[in-house]
Amino acid sequence: MEIDPFIFRLSIFILSIFIGYYVVWSVTPSLHTPLMSVTNAISSVIIVGAIIAGLAGNSNEVFNISSTFGFIAISLAAINIFGGFLVTQRMLQMYKKKKKDK
Amino acid sequence: MSANLSAIFYLISGVLFILALRGLSSPETSRQGNLFGIIGMVIAITVTFLSVGNFSTGFIYVLIFLLIGGLIGAFIAYKIPMTAMPELVAGFHSLVGLAAVFVAISAFLNPEAFNLGSSGNIKLGSLIEMSIGAAVGAITFSGSVIAFLKLQGIMSGAPITFKGQHPLNALILISILVVTYFLCSTQSSNLFWILLAISFLIGFLLIIPIGGADMPVVISMLNSYSGWAAAGIGFTLENTALIITGALVGSSGAILSYIMCKGMNRSFFNVILGGFGATEQLASSGGKEQKPVKSGNAEDAAFLMKNASSVIIVPGYGMAVAQAQHALREMVDTLKKNDIKVTYAIHPVAGRMPGHMNVLLAEANVPYDEVFELEEINNDFANADVAFVIGANDVTNPAAKTDPQSPIYGMPILDVEKCKSVLFVKRSLSPGYAGIDNNLFYKENTLMLFADAKKMTEEITKNL
Repeated sequence: MEIDPFIFRLSIFILSIFIGYYVVWSVTPSLHTPLMSVTNAISSVIIVGAIIAGLAGNSNEVFNISSTFGFIAISLAAINIFGGFLVTQRMLQMYKKKKKDK
Repeated sequence: MSANLSAIFYLISGVLFILALRGLSSPETSRQGNLFGIIGMVIAITVTFLSVGNFSTGFIYVLIFLLIGGLIGAFIAYKIPMTAMPELVAGFHSLVGLAAVFVAISAFLNPEAFNLGSSGNIKLGSLIEMSIGAAVGAITFSGSVIAFLKLQGIMSGAPITFKGQHPLNALILISILVVTYFLCSTQSSNLFWILLAISFLIGFLLIIPIGGADMPVVISMLNSYSGWAAAGIGFTLENTALIITGALVGSSGAILSYIMCKGMNRSFFNVILGGFGATEQLASSGGKEQKPVKSGNAEDAAFLMKNASSVIIVPGYGMAVAQAQHALREMVDTLKKNDIKVTYAIHPVAGRMPGHMNVLLAEANVPYDEVFELEEINNDFANADVAFVIGANDVTNPAAKTDPQSPIYGMPILDVEKCKSVLFVKRSLSPGYAGIDNNLFYKENTLMLFADAKKMTEEITKNL
């Protein structure tokens, strides 16, 4: 009997939770705020779904209800991606400067 | 691009996201980690374009919307003051939640585009995953909006409770399950909208009873939710990058919530159910009698510190409110010139979100190797000459150790009282966030400095 592909995805999911568990425990507490902003940015990889949705409208009708939701979602996720990575970068930069000062 | 090839690229971007988090284990590797994250994101987006392969007019609009969002995001990232990080993160969470909801709506209306079957006849598994993603996304959105409003001060930080709150919430949660069940068996679009509506409602109801002091837990919890929402959508889209990321973010948020709860010695359920408000009034009405307090001015404080050989600084949210971090660092620089050893002690729940204080100190150019966590530094207080408490209160309250009646009993605290002398910068004797009196104010070796944190720090520096 063949295994449902869902089971494979579930396996990836469960194993990723464990990876997340061990990786996040090793994050130093002083970087917990950048951790939150970067997780924010990466969870916006949901933009891939939004792009598929946006591109789904055909050329005669770029904006149907479904693709419009997709387009809005693209913008929302993009705010997060750019905002999240850049603000993390900005914070991490501050952790560097002092090292030079010393 | 073939489905297999794009799946491999999604896997690569998932791995890069893992490395992004891994990089945060030390400030040295963190910037590289962030770069990995960015590369991962670029790969995921590019691969999506290539795999859809539809470079028609729609493609241009995708780029336009991407650019609009990107510009807004970049603008916010450069403008936002570091003190406002908790609001920013709460706001960002709400966007992830809303994006998840919108993608789910889009997939529900046009399942063909996602290979999920046809409208009204969506594959059962996909529909279940979609419903979970949409519901969790909606909860994340409305919950984060409330958290944002509370943090911004637009909405009062006081817990909002009413009779029958818990039964109502339980009822709504059960109805979410029931609606999901019928949605999956009937494929009715009305039920889909109802599911979204009640999920928005429960997100709102879950966060309003939680008080301002518990915001660190709430933000972490919503962080976790946003991850689970992304994972739900990832299952729907059969996208490995999303599943991996969702799981990472979900467990990250859960761990942070756990750390925050432990920092306050409260169980997760206790926070969620919003029990803190009830004990608050009781405690503050108890200790109203006037006790003698020693108060001093900047000169006294400067004198004490000049004659010390080691000083530990305990910053709290009050420091951030007064924007005193730069003034504080100048004071510390002057102290260091006089060969006085200075370290910083940070309580896990200092500030409004995990690690908030560290970022604020980093912004003021405080070297991170002078900043210590509670467990690392707590034994040093006994050997230090002066503890300089600026804008912190409850996290130093000895009642957490001695008074089983106290609402904060059992919470780990910084052992400031063990210092030879304690300097307390505070505007008044008013109790802290938890609404309880701090016995430390009335101790023999405590000197209260009643002033604005920034002004006082500047004056002390002048007097050194």
